[in-house]
Amino acid sequence: MKRRQFIRTSLGATVAASSAIAFGNINRLFAGPAAMPNLPYDLVAVRNGEPDVMFDKAIQSLGGMESFVKQGQKVVVKPNIGWDVTPERAGNTNPDLIKRIVEHCFNAGAKEVYVFDNTCDEWSKCYKSSQIEQLAKDAGAKVVPGNSESYYQEVDIPKGVRLKKAKVHELILESDVFINVPVLKHHSSADLSIAMKNLMGIVWDRMYWHRNDLHQCIADYCTYRTPDLNVIDAYRVMMKNGPRGVSVDDVVTYKTQILATDIVAADAAAAKVFGSEPEDITYIEKAADLGVGTYNLENLNINRIKL
Amino acid sequence: MVFRFLKWSRVAVSLIFFLLIGFLFVDFGNVFSANFMNGILFFQFIPSILKFINIVALAAVGFVVVLVLTLLFGRVYCSYLCPLGTLQDIIRVFSNRFKKRKRFRYRPPKNVLRYGFLGLTLLALLFGSFIFINLLDPYSLFGKIVSNLARPIYYTINNTGAWILEKFEVYTLFKVGLKGYSWASFGYSLVLLGLIGWLVYKYGRLYCNTVCPVGTFLGIVSRFSLFRIRLDETMCDSCGICGSNCKAQCIDTKNKAVDFSRCVGCMNCLTACPSSGVKFSLFHKRYDKTPKTIPLEPVGARRNFIKNSALITGGVLSIAGEAFSEGLNDGKIPVKREYTVTPPGSLSIRHFTQTCTACHLCVSACPTHVIQPSLFQYGISGVLQPFMDFNAHFCNFECTLCSEVCPTGAILPIELEEKKLTQLGISKFIKENCVVYTDEKDCGACSEHCPTKAVNMVFYKDRLKIPEVTKEICIGCGACEYACPTTPKSIYVDGNPIHKLAEKPKVEKIETEVNPEDDFPF
Repeated sequence: MKRRQFIRTSLGATVAASSAIAFGNINRLFAGPAAMPNLPYDLVAVRNGEPDVMFDKAIQSLGGMESFVKQGQKVVVKPNIGWDVTPERAGNTNPDLIKRIVEHCFNAGAKEVYVFDNTCDEWSKCYKSSQIEQLAKDAGAKVVPGNSESYYQEVDIPKGVRLKKAKVHELILESDVFINVPVLKHHSSADLSIAMKNLMGIVWDRMYWHRNDLHQCIADYCTYRTPDLNVIDAYRVMMKNGPRGVSVDDVVTYKTQILATDIVAADAAAAKVFGSEPEDITYIEKAADLGVGTYNLENLNINRIKL
Repeated sequence: MVFRFLKWSRVAVSLIFFLLIGFLFVDFGNVFSANFMNGILFFQFIPSILKFINIVALAAVGFVVVLVLTLLFGRVYCSYLCPLGTLQDIIRVFSNRFKKRKRFRYRPPKNVLRYGFLGLTLLALLFGSFIFINLLDPYSLFGKIVSNLARPIYYTINNTGAWILEKFEVYTLFKVGLKGYSWASFGYSLVLLGLIGWLVYKYGRLYCNTVCPVGTFLGIVSRFSLFRIRLDETMCDSCGICGSNCKAQCIDTKNKAVDFSRCVGCMNCLTACPSSGVKFSLFHKRYDKTPKTIPLEPVGARRNFIKNSALITGGVLSIAGEAFSEGLNDGKIPVKREYTVTPPGSLSIRHFTQTCTACHLCVSACPTHVIQPSLFQYGISGVLQPFMDFNAHFCNFECTLCSEVCPTGAILPIELEEKKLTQLGISKFIKENCVVYTDEKDCGACSEHCPTKAVNMVFYKDRLKIPEVTKEICIGCGACEYACPTTPKSIYVDGNPIHKLAEKPKVEKIETEVNPEDDFPF
């Protein structure tokens, strides 16, 4: 190798390497939704099982976690860990489900799986009481704090009506795969907290959303980026006093789970499980109007599994 | 030699207490159990007395031990147990490193000042004001200095460490914020630290012997001590070495006399004396040779001036700040809190402000940082005593940590179940400021955060819902106020001057039968 050639080659390699570091997963930008395989179903609904067993069945019917996670990819799993309450209170996502999802990600070849939430109650207490921190760590995930503004980076939301900018947790921006794992529950102001509402936990300043038309902001954010997969935990469902709940008496055990890539469809199906009509939930309607997805479940290819 | 052992034992014991107590005031991870923390603070004189008054218990007799120790050996408390004393010794060691060692010489006591400070403190207490305890108690002053000055540094080091580890995807450390940090409290701590540092450099332990009410009080007690330091008539050749090593400046070597009421019990003179002229022995009348008192110079004047101007400046700034923020929001209704909210377990504003020494241990320990130093929320008399600052955060429903760590009994121990029903105050809703009213858009952040659903969303117009407060079940935790996104706030907690018992939230089991045979609703 000539000296000049060597310099040129190594210079090129350096530039390539450093830009890869600087811009993170630049490939993501080009991959987009096209990377998603043709899934056999638009939506999978399971009932009558334990959270982990239901997930096994549901993900299997979508071709396994391999349909979403490729060898060596970084995955972020975003549960709802908003409150300092135990799993029986159903204020947070079921910890067994989170553990199982993390295990599936690793089995599919994930290099790293991250779990976090920007909580409402003091974060370390939420992480602990929810048991999500412990079980996710047991499965090998990295449980990451979301309590400091320094983790959040500002993004533009050009299609947003009220929400034009948001500071989003860097893990959401940097990971290859984003799995949203909300819990279905009553919500005093948004009516229901499901998949779209759960995304308020990946931004820093959610008070801006409250101040500027909550429903519109929830819908607006989804025009920026929706999760690659939504897994809705409706094993225990808080029927009233949400989103925090007052006692276990607020909770009904539905033993249900819903998987979908379309976040609007996922929320619509979960709303029906709760006993509400999707078009009555303002943000579901607004998101559909913005073209995020559809709440017309009749047009979807749904796999219904009863265990 | 036995005297050498005394000095080194003093250094060891004092450093252990200094480091442990210091750590309590920077720690955010609740490393020590509350019991261990209480144990570490067992001997702190004023907190122990206050705790004893409030909870007559064996765990609160530290001050009796201190009194007994003083009656035996003089003010050893000041050198062995008091963290502010140790801090001064450490400053001294460092100042000696940087500048040529400054030698001490005998100075007469400043009786008007020292008894003045003690008298003022007692007089204020008689009128129910803790102001001088808040400002001067050595343990509490040490707490303030560490909590307000060292804690931000400790957090910054931690956060830098966390930031570096994150780059390697290690999340064992995590970042901590300083939301609600009080600049007035910072200012006071900084000024006092500067002052004490300067006094240490110039005059040794002058703070302990002139300002500190505990030092002066124990000084009176030490006039009856069994064992005392004295200069031996025959062995002492008045070489002056002990005096030049005496940071209390209480050894008059010319006259071979010791003012034992000002001796802080550091034992340095015993180690320094080359000729066994300094004795630490059973007191006998014939040894009594306290130096004659010579009238004094007013050292305190400048100190007081600085202190007062700092306080006045702080006050003016805070009032100006409030006026400014109110002026910005025409048409809206500013929050006018009638009573400041005190932490759960503090019973009432009266109990709290008349027991708290403003050591800021609760400020350091509180996991949500809702407890912050006050400025004039309790009036001048309660300056720097902590309050529930719902701009900083809100009280965690499942937590009673402040009540467990409080060393004075200002925040008395409270069971979790009792705490969950203790009404610190009541939420008040200001409709005119609320997004639902002004913008006709859903918000509900307040109701979302409420742990008892005392703040509930009720139908207002069409599908729009507006907050409604059920005050009987409100516990005044401040979650609603913290979460409210409007300026000024649309909901705030007005304190109960005497804490009340809230009603239990109504719970009703939801009767929904889930039939596994049912089909999906879609």
